Amino acid sequence: MGQGLESVLEIVKLSDPGMVRSHNEDSVGADAGAGFAILADGMGGYNAGEVASGMTVAMLTDNLKAALRDDCRDLRALAGDEVQKTNGAVFQAAQSQPQYNGMGTTIVLTVFCDNRVTVAHIGDSRLYRLRGEQFEQITRDHSLLQEQIDSGMISREDARHSHNKNLVTRALGVEAGVAVEVNEYPVEIGDLYLLCSDGLNDMVTDEDIQLTLSLMGANLEMAAQQLVQMANDNGGRDNVSVILVRVVGDFAQKRGWFSRLLSWFGQ
Amino acid sequence: MAKLILSLEGQVIREIELNKERMTIGRKAHNDVQIENLAVSGEHAAITTILNDSFLEDLDSTNGTLVNGAPVKKHVLQHGDTVEIGKFHLEYVNPQASQEAPDFERTMVLRGPIGMPPPPPGDNQPEFSKTSINKQPLQMEPPPAPAAETPHAVKPPPAPPVEARPAAIQVLSGPNVGKELDLTKSLTSLGKPGVQVAVIAKRPHGYFITHVQGTSFPVVNGKTLDNQPCPLHDHDIIELAGIKMEFFLK
Repeated sequence: MGQGLESVLEIVKLSDPGMVRSHNEDSVGADAGAGFAILADGMGGYNAGEVASGMTVAMLTDNLKAALRDDCRDLRALAGDEVQKTNGAVFQAAQSQPQYNGMGTTIVLTVFCDNRVTVAHIGDSRLYRLRGEQFEQITRDHSLLQEQIDSGMISREDARHSHNKNLVTRALGVEAGVAVEVNEYPVEIGDLYLLCSDGLNDMVTDEDIQLTLSLMGANLEMAAQQLVQMANDNGGRDNVSVILVRVVGDFAQKRGWFSRLLSWFGQ
Repeated sequence: MAKLILSLEGQVIREIELNKERMTIGRKAHNDVQIENLAVSGEHAAITTILNDSFLEDLDSTNGTLVNGAPVKKHVLQHGDTVEIGKFHLEYVNPQASQEAPDFERTMVLRGPIGMPPPPPGDNQPEFSKTSINKQPLQMEPPPAPAAETPHAVKPPPAPPVEARPAAIQVLSGPNVGKELDLTKSLTSLGKPGVQVAVIAKRPHGYFITHVQGTSFPVVNGKTLDNQPCPLHDHDIIELAGIKMEFFLK
């Protein structure tokens, strides 16, 4: 299959250290032809955060480029496995040097295939989708705050004022095994996806993010710059990274009759 | 650690550290914070503390609980909030929030069950793993202004960043001539969506117009723009998609 989705997916990525931090520990990667985008927000002392997120994006980029040459039937399993492998590698690296001890990263991975998007994520970096006028946060944060909201302890509004922001309950690379959350969603032409680190959504309201995507979505470069600029104008207290993916065409996978028969039986 | 400053009619009585996951406030002796006053219920309110957040809950008290003058059932306490129980005031002080520590925005991993106090160091128990170190940032944010002086005043929301002066666009030609459009949102679009679009961005230090989409570029004061954002000044004339308009500060 080789994907060959360059004509169908428009992807723009932008990563900025923000106004306060001296290092940028976010990493971003994408390949429109292969149909994937990856965003990681690293944590750790010295430059360990950069190492964790950089390693994660590099490894996944290489492995996915190779793996996605075939069809995308078991994409959920593939995504989960690849992220798990990456977790193992980062965890190993973390043990190897004292300054890397405890390093980890969040991750959002999106793989586009056959008019669907497979989303694997760990932590509080997010995926949003703008479909027409509808703007939605697709991923649910793996964070203390989200657990409190889910259990009814605290309202969404109160969560904005919490002092417990940025405490994630899962991360890639901090333990030998990790629970990756994988989901799949249908994709429509015209969809605009936004992968971002919390440096964006902590500094910019969802309303302003939606406004930017709606008004500037025709020009992805500008929209990305506008998002980063707004985060920095509002204080830029963390690294801020965004990847924008726009679906401009159909990418249903061509299937032989046998393959279609199998899928009829849920194979 | 966060704490409460208990006072009555301006006189500070004592300080109470929020060192337990749940602390109750009431008239009866078994409460963590005992307030002996008939306007206070036996068990009046409770404060639950999870890491850096404290939640106040009224326990169906007779006279209710107020925060910054407003009655509440459940409330996430913010640094500087004043809780009123009977005639007593309890000011919530959270040193974490008041410093705007550079670590404040850092993502950290929670590796233990929630609600457990951090174990003594050297323990091999599940622990809250802080995977970051304290680094001096290049640019420090100025600390926020101290909380309002009068305990009765409603606490203002955290000071927003510097905001641009209010401004608007007045249409000078075309079918909408005379109409005024206030530039209240962070982005306002001009032109025909999908055909010819420019946006005016409202930033802390002023307004900027940028071409987004379309074959022709906006003209400001007779000069055609390029791809870069262009700062707008009072009474600048903008021409876009055949329509003339004036930008002005209010």
